Amino acid sequence: MFRNTYDSDNTVFSPQGRLHQVEYALEAVKQGSAAVGLRSKTHAILLALKRSTGELASYQQKMFRIDDHVGIAIAGLTSDARVLSNFMRQQAMSSKMTFNRPIPVNRLVSSIADKAQVNTQEYGRRPYGVGFLVVGQDQTGPHLYEFSPSGNSYEFYAVSIGARSQSAKTYLERNYEKFQDCTLEELIKHGLHALRETLQQDKELTIHNTSIGLIGEKSTLETGVISAQGSFRILENESVQPFLATMDPPRNKQPTTAPAGEQTVPGGDESMETD
Amino acid sequence: MTSIGTGYDLSASTYSPDGRIFQVEYANKAVENSGTAIGIKCRDGVILAVEKLVHSKLLVPNANRRIQTIDRHIGLATAGLLADGRHLANRAREEASNHRETFRVQPPLKIVVDRLGGYTQAYTLYSSVRPFGVSSILGAVDKDGPGLYILEPSGVYLGYYGAAVGKGRQLAKTELEKLKLSEMSMRDAVFEAARIIYLVNEDANKEKEFELEMTWVGAETNGLHVPVAQALFDEAEAKAKAAMSEDFEES
Amino acid sequence: MDHFPTNWGRPRNDAIDLYGTYPIHSRPGPTTDAFSDGVQRTQQPIVTGTSVLAIKYKDGIMMAADTLASYGSLARFKSIQRLHSVGEHTVIGASGDLSDYQYIQSLLDEVMIEEFSAADGHSLSPDEIHEFLSRVMYSRRSQMNPLWNSILVGGFKNGKRFLAYVDLLGTTYSASTLATGYGSYIAQPLLRKAVEGNEDTLTEEQARSILTQSLRVLFYRDARSLNKYQIATINAQGTHISDPVTLDTEWSFAEGIRGYGSQTK
Repeated sequence: MFRNTYDSDNTVFSPQGRLHQVEYALEAVKQGSAAVGLRSKTHAILLALKRSTGELASYQQKMFRIDDHVGIAIAGLTSDARVLSNFMRQQAMSSKMTFNRPIPVNRLVSSIADKAQVNTQEYGRRPYGVGFLVVGQDQTGPHLYEFSPSGNSYEFYAVSIGARSQSAKTYLERNYEKFQDCTLEELIKHGLHALRETLQQDKELTIHNTSIGLIGEKSTLETGVISAQGSFRILENESVQPFLATMDPPRNKQPTTAPAGEQTVPGGDESMETD
Repeated sequence: MTSIGTGYDLSASTYSPDGRIFQVEYANKAVENSGTAIGIKCRDGVILAVEKLVHSKLLVPNANRRIQTIDRHIGLATAGLLADGRHLANRAREEASNHRETFRVQPPLKIVVDRLGGYTQAYTLYSSVRPFGVSSILGAVDKDGPGLYILEPSGVYLGYYGAAVGKGRQLAKTELEKLKLSEMSMRDAVFEAARIIYLVNEDANKEKEFELEMTWVGAETNGLHVPVAQALFDEAEAKAKAAMSEDFEES
Repeated sequence: MDHFPTNWGRPRNDAIDLYGTYPIHSRPGPTTDAFSDGVQRTQQPIVTGTSVLAIKYKDGIMMAADTLASYGSLARFKSIQRLHSVGEHTVIGASGDLSDYQYIQSLLDEVMIEEFSAADGHSLSPDEIHEFLSRVMYSRRSQMNPLWNSILVGGFKNGKRFLAYVDLLGTTYSASTLATGYGSYIAQPLLRKAVEGNEDTLTEEQARSILTQSLRVLFYRDARSLNKYQIATINAQGTHISDPVTLDTEWSFAEGIRGYGSQTK
């Protein structure tokens, strides 16, 4: 029944010193749709691909606000994400309560990483089945972190998680050196290009299946009131359109006659298909 | 005897017929696969250095540290599962804080290590938990002067003049043994530590990208455990790199 | 089945951990009856310090306190330091119960070690330390067991001065001159007159003389004060607490002073 002798629970090391249950939990993250994060000197952003179970169903929620200065994108088990994001909110509130200080982002990420580590060491538990990208802004500037079920967390210039995230990563690795000095609009454009790499062959990014989360000063393409510090906000539906319109036509797909702007406009029912 | 397939290696609470606890040995395997960490106890301080393997070029350099601070004067470098290392470091902080609260003194390293040893050992007793997949090097300067210990997954801890854990520990130990550690100044020890990390990387993880991370505590740092001063760090790293390319030309 | 061996052999505490879900490192130990030791609360301070004074000046904050610890009306300890630096940007000074103050110092020390250990480039600013103190004080007064102190928090970080007050009730306020205890009656009016409106022009020397003069007045009028004091400066260079200094005071017969002796006009 088991793939090997050493993968039945997380209190067992394999003879190679590996933890198979933890590795399987990392696979659960890859089942979720992709999320991409990028950082410049002034902004940190998240982009995620939302799935819908059918034409009558709404699209899933991929991003959560933790505090004014922190937001996350998730891939994997959504219910696990809810538990962890609630915990993050508590940590953020506690910092505000005791020190009147927005919690430093790295400490917030470490707090859930330490929580996740316990679930890799004791019997009767399972590792969390969700990965996070966390963006935040504090005294030391904008930040982007990845949190994973193994209890590890790392700070990145740019990173992606979830289904086919390797393709997005390849794009990011090719371009990350430019990100530091990007404007917000350029950064989002890079993010959308990276996210597009995770799509299946016949799919494209639409205003329905794309979420953008931002921290930092307001973009000229954004509508609505945004605080001067540029606190965390999530763009969805129509708000995404101006950014989709900035994208270049896909490189590797068949050249189309339609201009770049039109191509990204949702094309009827096709975009509503389940993924 | 071999361990695999006997069924004696599935739990930390099971001995094999010849009296071994394989789960603890497997935990050591997790350590052996990790980048090397070393520690030097010199005349007036302690240096910790790790070979931090960088698994992606998208990582922010110097942001994801593997050497942690336990108390003002105590540092902890880990080799093995990073998350387990953080767990252990948090516990060490609690133990140090608890000792400080009770006795109102700077916690001596040997007491922190002893308590941490007991904690680690508890995770080798039960089938309901797994041992820690980390070996830690703890260094500090306290009322007894400089101190350096290695704490293993079994809960065993021993004091050292020069310590090495992780993949390249054999070569690192050989190099450390050549040095007169207890006569060395902190600054000289920084150069040696950088050189050894570069050397073991060349030997064991040549193909892998890595980042050197070094901290120190002692007379040079006013008794605080802090990262090695940037100017000195750069100098030591440049010298270590130069030594590598010289070796390359010779061979 | 309870899978945590450390729970075996002792009764499960359903009130705290119904399913034995706590991991080993945070599992609650055996609980004792909260009233088994009786209930003890602070009802009065025992060994006390008197006023603390602080003002804003051109370069930062200056704070002063004498070095006396009184046991009732007895001048019990004459060289106790009541100014204490917390990190690189903050100094606190306390009047009231000195054992409570020592406890607060160790509490802050623990917090500062936590901050140091994080080694992530974040450090607590003076206003954050003040907020923390106010939470501690308010929490303790809400448990009807206050820490019997009035504390001044002075700081300078990122070019900004900070000066605020917190006391045993958790009350807080901020001003450019602050004084605790007897000083809030005697010295505060003097400080206000000298400092208000001049916060940005007062030199270190002027600030020092304002505080010294106020301490002198206090020593004449406050029976729990001492003519030995320390002054702390908090500015761009960090914090500095001086060695104890003795006040020069005049105790001869006041015949030369108008209103006394033969000279009545």
